[in-house]
Amino acid sequence: MPLVKNGKVVDDPYVRILDDAAIADDTSVIVPAVRLLADAGEFVQRAGATGVLWQNDRNVSELSPHLDRLALVALVFPNFRDGRAYSQARILRERHHFRGELRATGQVLRDQFLFLLRAGFDAFEVTKFTDAAAFVETIHRYSVFYQPAGDGQAPAFRRRLSKAGTSRPIIEYLRS
Amino acid sequence: MYLYDDFDRTLVAERVDEFRDQVTRRLSGELSEDEFKPLRLMNGVYLQLHAYMLRIAIPYGTLSADQLRTLARIARRYDRNYGHFTTRQNLQFNWIKLSDLPDVMADLAQAGLHGMQTSGNCVRNITTDQWAGIAPDEIEDPRIFAEILRQHSTMHPEFSFLPRKFKIAITAAKHDRAAVRVHDIGLRLHRNGAGEVGFEVIVGGGLGRTPFVGKTIKPFLHKRDLLSYVEAILRVYNQYGRRDNIYKARIKILVHDLGIEKFAAEVDAEWQTIKDGALSIDPALIADIVARFCYPNYESLSDQPGELKRARSANPRFETWFRNSVSAHRVSGYAIVTLSLKPEGAPPGDATSEQMDEIATLADRYSFGEIRVGHEQNLVLPHVAQRDLPDLWASLDKIDLATPNIGLVSDIIACPGLDYCSLANTRSIPVAQELTRRFSNLDSQREIGRLHITISGCINACGLHHVGHDRILGVEKNGQEFYQITLGGRADEKAELGALLGPAVPYAEVADVIEDVVAAYVELRERPNELFVETVKRIGVEPFKERVYATR
Repeated sequence: MPLVKNGKVVDDPYVRILDDAAIADDTSVIVPAVRLLADAGEFVQRAGATGVLWQNDRNVSELSPHLDRLALVALVFPNFRDGRAYSQARILRERHHFRGELRATGQVLRDQFLFLLRAGFDAFEVTKFTDAAAFVETIHRYSVFYQPAGDGQAPAFRRRLSKAGTSRPIIEYLRS
Repeated sequence: MYLYDDFDRTLVAERVDEFRDQVTRRLSGELSEDEFKPLRLMNGVYLQLHAYMLRIAIPYGTLSADQLRTLARIARRYDRNYGHFTTRQNLQFNWIKLSDLPDVMADLAQAGLHGMQTSGNCVRNITTDQWAGIAPDEIEDPRIFAEILRQHSTMHPEFSFLPRKFKIAITAAKHDRAAVRVHDIGLRLHRNGAGEVGFEVIVGGGLGRTPFVGKTIKPFLHKRDLLSYVEAILRVYNQYGRRDNIYKARIKILVHDLGIEKFAAEVDAEWQTIKDGALSIDPALIADIVARFCYPNYESLSDQPGELKRARSANPRFETWFRNSVSAHRVSGYAIVTLSLKPEGAPPGDATSEQMDEIATLADRYSFGEIRVGHEQNLVLPHVAQRDLPDLWASLDKIDLATPNIGLVSDIIACPGLDYCSLANTRSIPVAQELTRRFSNLDSQREIGRLHITISGCINACGLHHVGHDRILGVEKNGQEFYQITLGGRADEKAELGALLGPAVPYAEVADVIEDVVAAYVELRERPNELFVETVKRIGVEPFKERVYATR
């Protein structure tokens, strides 16, 4: 599955670790949530980076004591219709101020990219190669956003206020 | 009426481009139907029994004359010359080709219309009182907040893949014409003890398989907190709403399972973390949205002018229509006129291209170019000078839009049913058509009084059948169409779900049974102005049951 970061398809420096496999100290790894929670001490002061794979039915606030040590959190879309991880992403970014890599994994398709980006994801394990290749084009489809979210884009109502007096409604339907 | 600016128009145009690309990818096979489905749904495109159906949002039910003309043109060019107004202030076209859809959307966008979020598991078109801004019993224009919520929920990055669809309705009037107690979130603008205007927030109402009247989660919410509080509710729902069973996925089930206190505590905990952030609505923002609504330049006129008085005494047909279809306006000398889309024998809510064009012309001439769509599937000319009523009536009468049956037994609400809908078990429209024939005599309709019949062709309740006074629900039994009949529901500020009359009856007998029920009501009511729902509440369904089933 191609990994997209900073708009480009890149090699994944992380290795996925299953439940109890041995971990080399200098390898960057993504471990399951149960393993992290069972023995968080195992991941202190490693040479390699540590990430966690967090399922979407687990309360993401349980992660907060560990966030300092985590370089990556991978959130899961079991299918693209299941949108729980969007909320988890925003809570991690906006409430817990997680600054590491926030990765979308599972069924990740082109038409989710912009939503994911706006919710605070910055890495994408994309299901199809054609979608990964279209990443940059897709996220630039929209230039206007109505609501504030995790990406810091100014929503339309703030932009309107900041240029008050210059933006005039154009569709005039009334008889003069 | 809200006027689009560059931001609004750019977004809708960008959406059309995206949809065109999605359709191209679907037609080339790059997208499977399964992958395409939620994308088309979020643009209002359903695959129905015979063709794709396109649902177009009419935010808070307000349309300009030009927008209505655009709809007429699309019906003529891409559909079969008519459109269907729904119970949710939307318009549906039933016969549009997939390959034409991007062009249709582009045409709509030119007029500031779209199908965004009229389906799919997202926040749907925000609905409100069809008399918003003109009702005498209203404390503020609820469309201001409907528009703020519309913008906030459009393409929301967090809430576009909710467990299930999500419907928000707002009212600001004493009499609730928006049915806020049967929505996922209902908002009622009111004044608190300190004289401030804010919202009563109601959550977890809904119809369908498991009907609930919503519960008050916050008796008074300050306007400033509207978006943050709604966002907190949605965030709790997005994370904890059930996704394992489509029939248990609506927020009403979560609220019911957790209990309103526990649910409210979860929402409050979430809300505390975001209420003072970017979602806080300052007065400047509200003022900016208010400034984008344009209101008519009313003349200063007095009520009951000579032209009106003369026509009322000279023409009994006009007088009948005036008493039935004309309502008081908050501005003196003006009136609200409801146009019945329920003539005898016709499918409720349908309008032809010719009718739409005519209504647009009449709206330009008599109603400041504005039209409203109500959830009873009728249209409204919201600002008619009373002196123009006789002329307006004559024009409406010519195009069969002056049937004086508003609020009466033949003003039937019906879903599209098995004639169009792939979810339906039974037909709805022919039942409605037959009933309008049975009750075509206006004198006896007036004698019966206000009585709402609602019909749904399946458990999903698009005909809002639970809250009809006398409601009909189609069910399938051994491949045959049967109908359950329920009495005594209502959707207004005294919202209540009805009670089942008895065993389901076959298609051929529905109209007979309804006639019996109505006859029983006329006999059983204490006084002529006791509403049907009040009679049912007073004596229960038993006396009706006896009469209806005794002869069967």
